[in-house]
Amino acid sequence: MKPFAYVKPADVAGAVRAVSGEPGAKFLGGGTNLVDLMREGVERPDTVVDVTGLPLDTIDELPGGGLRIGALVRNGTLTADERVRARYPVLSQALLAGASAQLRNMATVGGNLLQRTRCPYFYDHAAACNKREPGGGCDALGGLNRSHAVLGVSGSCIAAHPSDMCVALAALDAVIEVESVRGTRRIPMTGFHRLPGDTPEIETELAPDELVTAVELPSAPFAARSRYRKVRDRASYAFALVSVAAALEVRDGAVTAVRLALGGVGAKPWRAHEAERILLGGPAGEESFTRAAEAELAGADVRPGNAFKVHLARATVVATLRELNTGEGTA
Amino acid sequence: MTTKYAETEQRQAAVKHVGRPVDRVDGRAKTTGEARYAAEHRHPGMAHAALVHATVARGRIESLDTEAARAVPGVIEVLTHENAPPMKPAPKRSLLNLSSLASGTTVSYLGTDEVHWNGQPVAVVVAETPEAARHAATLVRVTYRELPAVVDFAAEEPNAVQQKGSMIQPAGGDKGDAAVALAAAPVSVDLRFTTPPHHHNAIEPHATVAVWDGDHLTVHESTQHIAWLRRHLALRFGIPERAIRVLSPYVGGGFGGKYAVWAGTLLAVLAARATARPVRLALTREAVHRTVGARTPTVQRVALGADAGGDLTALIHTSVAMTSRIGGMPEGVVSPSRHLYDAATIHLRQRLVRLDLLANTSMRAPGDSVGSFALESAMDELACELGMDPVELRMRNEPARNPMDGKPFSHRMLREAYEVGAERFGWRERDPGAGSMRDGRWLVGMGVATAYHPSMVMPAAVTVRMDAGGEVVVRCALQEIGVGAATVQAQIAADELGVPLEAVRVEIGDSELPEGPGAGGSAQTASGAEGVLAACRKLKESALALARRSPDSPLRGRRLDDLEARDGGLHHGGDGETYAAILARAGRDHLEAGGRTGMLKFLARALNDRRRWVKAACGAHFCEVRVDQDTGEVRVSRWLGVFDIGRVINAKTAAAQLRGGIVMGIGMALSEASQVDPRTGRIMNPSLAEYHVPVHADVPPIDVQWLDVPDPTMPLGLLGIGEVGITGVAAAVANAVRHATGKRVADLPITLDKLL
Repeated sequence: MKPFAYVKPADVAGAVRAVSGEPGAKFLGGGTNLVDLMREGVERPDTVVDVTGLPLDTIDELPGGGLRIGALVRNGTLTADERVRARYPVLSQALLAGASAQLRNMATVGGNLLQRTRCPYFYDHAAACNKREPGGGCDALGGLNRSHAVLGVSGSCIAAHPSDMCVALAALDAVIEVESVRGTRRIPMTGFHRLPGDTPEIETELAPDELVTAVELPSAPFAARSRYRKVRDRASYAFALVSVAAALEVRDGAVTAVRLALGGVGAKPWRAHEAERILLGGPAGEESFTRAAEAELAGADVRPGNAFKVHLARATVVATLRELNTGEGTA
Repeated sequence: MTTKYAETEQRQAAVKHVGRPVDRVDGRAKTTGEARYAAEHRHPGMAHAALVHATVARGRIESLDTEAARAVPGVIEVLTHENAPPMKPAPKRSLLNLSSLASGTTVSYLGTDEVHWNGQPVAVVVAETPEAARHAATLVRVTYRELPAVVDFAAEEPNAVQQKGSMIQPAGGDKGDAAVALAAAPVSVDLRFTTPPHHHNAIEPHATVAVWDGDHLTVHESTQHIAWLRRHLALRFGIPERAIRVLSPYVGGGFGGKYAVWAGTLLAVLAARATARPVRLALTREAVHRTVGARTPTVQRVALGADAGGDLTALIHTSVAMTSRIGGMPEGVVSPSRHLYDAATIHLRQRLVRLDLLANTSMRAPGDSVGSFALESAMDELACELGMDPVELRMRNEPARNPMDGKPFSHRMLREAYEVGAERFGWRERDPGAGSMRDGRWLVGMGVATAYHPSMVMPAAVTVRMDAGGEVVVRCALQEIGVGAATVQAQIAADELGVPLEAVRVEIGDSELPEGPGAGGSAQTASGAEGVLAACRKLKESALALARRSPDSPLRGRRLDDLEARDGGLHHGGDGETYAAILARAGRDHLEAGGRTGMLKFLARALNDRRRWVKAACGAHFCEVRVDQDTGEVRVSRWLGVFDIGRVINAKTAAAQLRGGIVMGIGMALSEASQVDPRTGRIMNPSLAEYHVPVHADVPPIDVQWLDVPDPTMPLGLLGIGEVGITGVAAAVANAVRHATGKRVADLPITLDKLL
């Protein structure tokens, strides 16, 4: 690991000052991803600004029934929060599906938002990777790409976004609050992550000197009936091949509210707007679920290794909506 | 049957500790952290080393820039082929010198500008801290002149050449004309299977602490073979074996990955010599994958022909596996087909491709684990074709003698294992129709497969010392790789001498002790037992000889075979006396006995044994899987293994080892694969996050049973159990998936994309 300076500010103002004008500075939350990447030499910060001492670790009620989650709330805490479990089960389930108990106890909400891809070529200095070294090329395109994305990819990067939490947040229309020396701004979750295009090294709308301070969940009564389904290569402790975050409200056989987002298949947490459009107001059933899933995946750009993800994503979307519709397996 | 071990039954009466679920003697030390593993040893002035790995598969080093690495504070030395002291070449592999098999590769590390595989160490950084060494290693800049490399196993299959057989491991064989018989068979299957490379992934990564004192070398190492390691280091560094001490009292798992000597060990010793400092080299998980050989990938064909009643008329099993241009072990992939079925005709062939990859090596049940996947999957498919129960098909073809050569089995109770297992598992409740059993969204399937692994004994020198206070010390340089090596030998010695278990201490893991066998080939316990039994007998003879010198001894005039060792002494009915009394009267403070089997004597006996018998552990696996109807996710929900493993020494450690084999087999079945980029030969998942061993959630309750009938030809009647557990597991899972879904997955691992 490259040697680095370490500072631990006591307040948010001090934290954002510490990175202002310091392009080599990085915020450190739980460290479950950043420290790994530093060990691998993928992240090479000059200064690490440890923000774990900041008072951003509470979950508070918002007027109107939403929740405001501090950026330093640990994933384990958020998973177990009774309000989250009752109002946004999809979020609790998504967090629980990720990592291990030990990692969840370390990882923060803010850090999870900035989790980086598990593409093996991103990790390996012997390989070409536009995300790690812009302009270097992409060895995943013609290489081992079973785990890679099929939606939102580009000719310079097909890396999949790895976070489970972000998929649930995308479905819930969360809003990210960020702060810098310039002040505070709010970014909708669905616009927080960027598609790779020809700058895959830039992954979010967050400026290098901005600190994530909170995630706001708007009130969403229908989300009490929501589900996160993660499909992977072993029963636990593996990244998603495909995951689905879904909330569904059906009245008299017709869909009155729906939220759908996909993980494992997208270059970013993938809100399925097209599928939602097809479902909303229409009948709830196998046929419409399938049609919606197929429409969302119509633009999939596949490689030999990951072509199966289209079929798997369709099947998982349909199965998850079916469960929400019939009540099977939602406990 | 009259054999050397015919007294087994008689001895059983005196058994007190053997067979019981005795706690590990070192369990407390391990769980409290008191047990120190190789990397945990500190020496004054110890420096730390890190490896720089080649990034091309084949080529010559054109330039090496170590300036930035040397500038890192704390860096002591950067060793490359330009400045490293020379090492002697690796010995040529020869079965007459078994320790020559310890050469992981033939590469002269840091002795050449040649690169032979993607990941080969090309420089070693030595620094005051591991952090400085690892950071500096990332700053070494190397350029290569690349040479054409052959790294794509699948693409090389057409270029495979016939594997050469040896006295110990034949590479092929024929009984009748199987091709003709297959063509004529009324029912047949002909399947192609593939298995990927696998890495051992022992929980403890390889580590070495090397300390030179003049020309004397001490090595703390995580090894499965202390004696081979010492001999190999003596050869490579040009010093006598007696000048080397290898210490390896605890090994955090091996599975074959620590049997041979790999780059990290040699380079730690080299770096210590070059820097005149004690050096620790603890491999990262990535470095383990890049520098320690793995299990070969395979392509296999199994074709079976049967008559309408299910009697096998033809069995064809052929394989392609890899070795490397720089070494590697030709694997006996078709081995199970030599022993499992009484087919009228058999055709076996093994072919090899040579690749520019790191040399492959042994991994738990080499040959048998991958070979049994293909054979036992094909048998299941034949049962489907015949519309016959797969257990019944196996029993119909259960041989009375070894199928290839008609030799007798020393012992074989596979039929009983299936009978016990079918009853216990509820096999008869299985609806044979594919996809016929459901539980909500889960398709439920049940599968069986046979486990089989050859048994053998290697030479072990053992001494046993008993002092006047009754304390017994057993000495042998065995390796404790997690299996309870010291515990089981203590149980055996306690019973053999008739002393309490607490009175016996077993010293292992040190090359200063009498030479032991390696912890491999499922042979360590039996080999150690043979040595312990012989040494204990000699010790009792010495005690009896002392007693008989005295006219007062109740043992006067007795022969050892008439006596029973119990209650801390030798007894005949109500007459007898304790060892303490014998020693006290003779004015002795201790007795010591032991010895070693010479290599020639051992080989002669082993070959004679081999001529007479075919001996193996075997068993029947029963499993239940659930396959998600939408996503193809496979979960193993129930497991039963019933094993014929002769006498069990320790019910607790035996169950753990068999269960561990099954867990590893579940990984092989469902998730494990080393992913090699076919363009570069580089392993792309060298971490436990991406190389998917089973996690707890993947492992169902595993019921392990054994028949507990001693083998008449093995010490104490025990058969090795280190490897039999994994054999057949992948096939049992594949067969259950076939039952659940109607799909035959012939390419491991059975990932969900193969079931969509």
